[in-house]
Amino acid sequence: MAKIKLGKGSPGLDMTPMVDLAFLLVTFFMLTASVRVSEPVVIDSPSSTSERLLPDNVIMVTVDTKGKAYFNISNPEVRVKTLEKMGQQYKVAFTDAEKKRFGGMTSFGVPMASLKKYIAMQDPERAKAGSPGIPLDSLHPELGDWINFGRIEAARQAKAQKEKAESVGRSFKYEPLRFAIKADGQANYISVKDVIKVFTDRDIYRFNLITNLEDGGAAK
Amino acid sequence: MAEVNTGDGGGHGKHDKKRAKKASTKIDMTPMVDLAFLLLTFFVLTSTFSKPKTMEINFPAKPKTQEERIKVNNALTFILTREGAGEKEDGIYYYYGEFYAPNNAAGKPVTTYTRTNFSKDGLHKLLLNKNATTIAEIKKLDEKHEKREIADSTYKRLAIAAQGNIKALTVLIKADDKAVYKNIIDALDELKICNVGKYAIVDMSQPELDILNAIKKK
Repeated sequence: MAKIKLGKGSPGLDMTPMVDLAFLLVTFFMLTASVRVSEPVVIDSPSSTSERLLPDNVIMVTVDTKGKAYFNISNPEVRVKTLEKMGQQYKVAFTDAEKKRFGGMTSFGVPMASLKKYIAMQDPERAKAGSPGIPLDSLHPELGDWINFGRIEAARQAKAQKEKAESVGRSFKYEPLRFAIKADGQANYISVKDVIKVFTDRDIYRFNLITNLEDGGAAK
Repeated sequence: MAEVNTGDGGGHGKHDKKRAKKASTKIDMTPMVDLAFLLLTFFVLTSTFSKPKTMEINFPAKPKTQEERIKVNNALTFILTREGAGEKEDGIYYYYGEFYAPNNAAGKPVTTYTRTNFSKDGLHKLLLNKNATTIAEIKKLDEKHEKREIADSTYKRLAIAAQGNIKALTVLIKADDKAVYKNIIDALDELKICNVGKYAIVDMSQPELDILNAIKKK
């Protein structure tokens, strides 16, 4: 029988192209990745065939299966400014550290009275404490106030940015503020309707309803 | 390159240099590759690509006066609810044209609801039938657009005009307290697929709700 002759060359493999590719991909993912922040509640959005993407500059109200409302502003600076205004309105003083923490948060669903405590908590504690939802009845129109102040502050910030850009001779592209509603598919329509009423009472009639892309588009 | 003279003596120095040149210059890259792939896997798994998708909708502004009422022709009204045992099933009813409450002033017979469902043969088929003219018109535009007879902007404008035509179907969506949000989105989605351009989500009146509660599956 013929003996299999092993090559005398080194069994090593040139890995350079593979390493090149691996690092290229690592760099790509590092640069494109956005940090996934934990939301206070998991929302299973209903699916639709809509392919329109969510705009970047939004005020978002989330409605969970129990009908509780959560609030979020995409722009951190505007969010902090809105918190200051809300603090003045509801006589709650926030420290600079609390404001900074609030700027890095996502949506929240607690009334103003317990917001200070909520900001101080860590993620696991927040999950344990749960969120009672932001009150939106006519006696405690907190959600409406959040929306109102958020809208005013967003406009103010856009104006300041525009002036700053124009003072150095650059053109400023303003992205209009949009209002998004993210509701769970199993949420009662009546609770979504209450949220919509908060908006329409403040003369906001155009919404972006957040949905999943149908068939395989769902991440969860 | 730095070299260490082992101090064997001048005569051997030349020979040593030659040996150093012969040694392999390759570095073992395995740990680096391991690390690179570890990071790669981490980023692939943690990054979220898809921005959420949205559906744009305009709600009707509040009428300035109490008695401001829009007369709609060619209107189809959907009524969404949940029914059956424990209210677990999606229910969708519709009627065509104006609503006539029992004992109405005009003396018209009471509006009857027809039951349908969210399947392909239910809602979809109904809308295709009712909105046939608009769909045909938009199909013609699609063909022209594909053959590049009309520009993108013209196509868009004409498509919107076709949907907004006075003869085009208008859909009103009404939901009772039991309906879930998903039903509304499903209905809106179906309207979009069927090229219905005029639609609104409106509140249900009490007589309409009474009729619904009477015929709903218990």
